[in-house]
Amino acid sequence: MSVHVAPLKTYIYVFLALMFFTVLTVGVAFVNFAHHAPKGIGNVLNDAVAMSIALTKAVLVVAFFMHVKGSTKITPVVIWGTLIFMVILFVFTGADYLTRPMTTFVPVMSQ
Amino acid sequence: MTSQHESAPALPEKHYLSGAWSPQDWLLTKDHKRIGILYLVGISIFFALGGLMAVLIRMELATPSGDLMPADVYNRVFTMHGVLMVFFFLIPSIPAVLGNFLLPIMIGAKDLAFPKINLLSWYIYMIGGAMTFYGLLVGGIDTGWTFYTPLSSGYATGPVLTVAVGVFIAGFSSILTGLNFIVTIHRMRAPGLTWFRLPLFVWGHYATSIIQILGTPVVAITILLVGAERLFHIGVFDPKIGGDPILFQHLFWFYSHPAVYIMILPSMGVVSEIIAAFSRKKVFGYKFVAFASIGIAVLGFLVWGHHMFTSGQSLYAGAVFSFITMLVAVPSAIKVFNWTATLYKGAIAWDTPLLYALGFIGLFTIGGLTGVMLGTLGFDLHVHDTYFVVAHFHYVMVGGAILGFLGGLHYWWPKITGKLYNEFWSKISAGIIFIGFNLTFFPQFILGYLGMPRRYHSYPEEFQVLNILSSAGASILGIGFVIPVIYLLASLANKRYAGNNPWGAVGLEWQIPSPPPTENFETPPVVTDEPYTYPQPDEKEAPVGV
Ligand SMILES: [Cu+2]
Repeated sequence: MSVHVAPLKTYIYVFLALMFFTVLTVGVAFVNFAHHAPKGIGNVLNDAVAMSIALTKAVLVVAFFMHVKGSTKITPVVIWGTLIFMVILFVFTGADYLTRPMTTFVPVMSQ
Repeated sequence: MTSQHESAPALPEKHYLSGAWSPQDWLLTKDHKRIGILYLVGISIFFALGGLMAVLIRMELATPSGDLMPADVYNRVFTMHGVLMVFFFLIPSIPAVLGNFLLPIMIGAKDLAFPKINLLSWYIYMIGGAMTFYGLLVGGIDTGWTFYTPLSSGYATGPVLTVAVGVFIAGFSSILTGLNFIVTIHRMRAPGLTWFRLPLFVWGHYATSIIQILGTPVVAITILLVGAERLFHIGVFDPKIGGDPILFQHLFWFYSHPAVYIMILPSMGVVSEIIAAFSRKKVFGYKFVAFASIGIAVLGFLVWGHHMFTSGQSLYAGAVFSFITMLVAVPSAIKVFNWTATLYKGAIAWDTPLLYALGFIGLFTIGGLTGVMLGTLGFDLHVHDTYFVVAHFHYVMVGGAILGFLGGLHYWWPKITGKLYNEFWSKISAGIIFIGFNLTFFPQFILGYLGMPRRYHSYPEEFQVLNILSSAGASILGIGFVIPVIYLLASLANKRYAGNNPWGAVGLEWQIPSPPPTENFETPPVVTDEPYTYPQPDEKEAPVGV
């Protein structure tokens, strides 16, 4: 197996970026975005900010520390494939929860 | 190749069984062929245990009153029947036994990509099985094989976590097998063996492996969540603490519907091999059959909600799941039609493996079409949780998966052991299994349609005649399963050697001695032919004129 090793500098930069985002995560935890947003999406906004920082960090780890960037083409295919199946799980399950309140059961046998 | 007189084949001097036989030579072997045999021993034990449970179920149901065992014992018996058969027999049966043995040989490799992981997977499987069996000994569980919450959480009455952890552990063996197969198929094909020259058995296992890798972790996580809820009271499935029991069904069926294809896709691969070999023809529409496997694997992940039409799931989600369920019938039908077209004008040899393959086609078609019926929202409302469902999935799992396994076992037994089995008894028992199976399960379609619910130990008297038919069929089916054990084991003792290629089939596995040498090939093979290139009689006769 030929493992593609990036120069050490790359790893240091990525590590520093991860540290920065960690500090940022802690920082934004003290800010309530709900105050600055229209009613109703306030809490969603807090989650969205935290999750996008986390996602950025995850991408950095996967791409550099897990050597996906620079590996053979099949590796990203596997990762994207897995993500797609996770999305399927969430979307179809979510479709049930989102539309369940719209379902009205008419009692067939009533009187 | 070794030169042999066609009239009197002999055993090769050295082969994978002729090496040392001390316990560690088997228990620490890294040879995929010996590991396949270890798996065969494992699944046979669990099949026997699961079969014993089936016997108890059919004995209880011979009479309308629940007189053989009380209701809670009956619940435990059918649960253990399902758990053992699904997780410890059906799922590993073909991939871990026949796939393990044949996949490296079929692609011209010495072994799987990760031989140690292969051995590890067997240990994981046996540990999971032992744990589940322990759960059975200390009281058993009554959740059904589906472990639905709250039966497995708030209202659990037995060692649910023990059994669930056993299944959880066994799941990892399935993941490792899938991983091993995918890497092996990608990286270890012989020179010249392009993707479209692969035997369809290999395509079937590739599709199966995708499901094993993508689906199994989800059921593992689900089991962990049940554990987390019970131990730490995190609200996931219990509405009292903010959970939703239907969420369990989503997560469970996300794995367990595709798991049906873990059981059936390898079987379809076996059937493709058998049909080609015994009709002496190239499989009709090879690429369609190959891609149908992948299509079934992918579509299989989009239909799980059809198990939940009556659960309180949104009707809109149900409609979508129902629609996609219909779509799965397309690649499945492609396979059935293409097998039939392969048989057309073939030089049919009525050997035992073909009998099983034909049985598969007929019974799987019935199982599949009743699946389409069940996938229809309105009809499902009528027959949900009745014997109609029980009959449907036994047609798929016994009529499909097990007949495929038996067909494959009979097809490759001479390769695996180097011996020929008794043809007369093998044909008789194939017939007995076919008759016994239909007598057992066809009446259950009628019972279910008439409204007999599943999972009860007693029933109204008007259902007795059909139930007695079913129980009688089960005893015939049981005899049909015992006979092969006898003549297959007896074949080991006789001196009827198979030779390299008793069926005159093409494929790399038939070019090496039976049993194969430990390293499979003396010199690495180079593939120059398309798959299933049998000489065609009409090609030879063509000049004679029509
Ligand atoms: Cu299903």
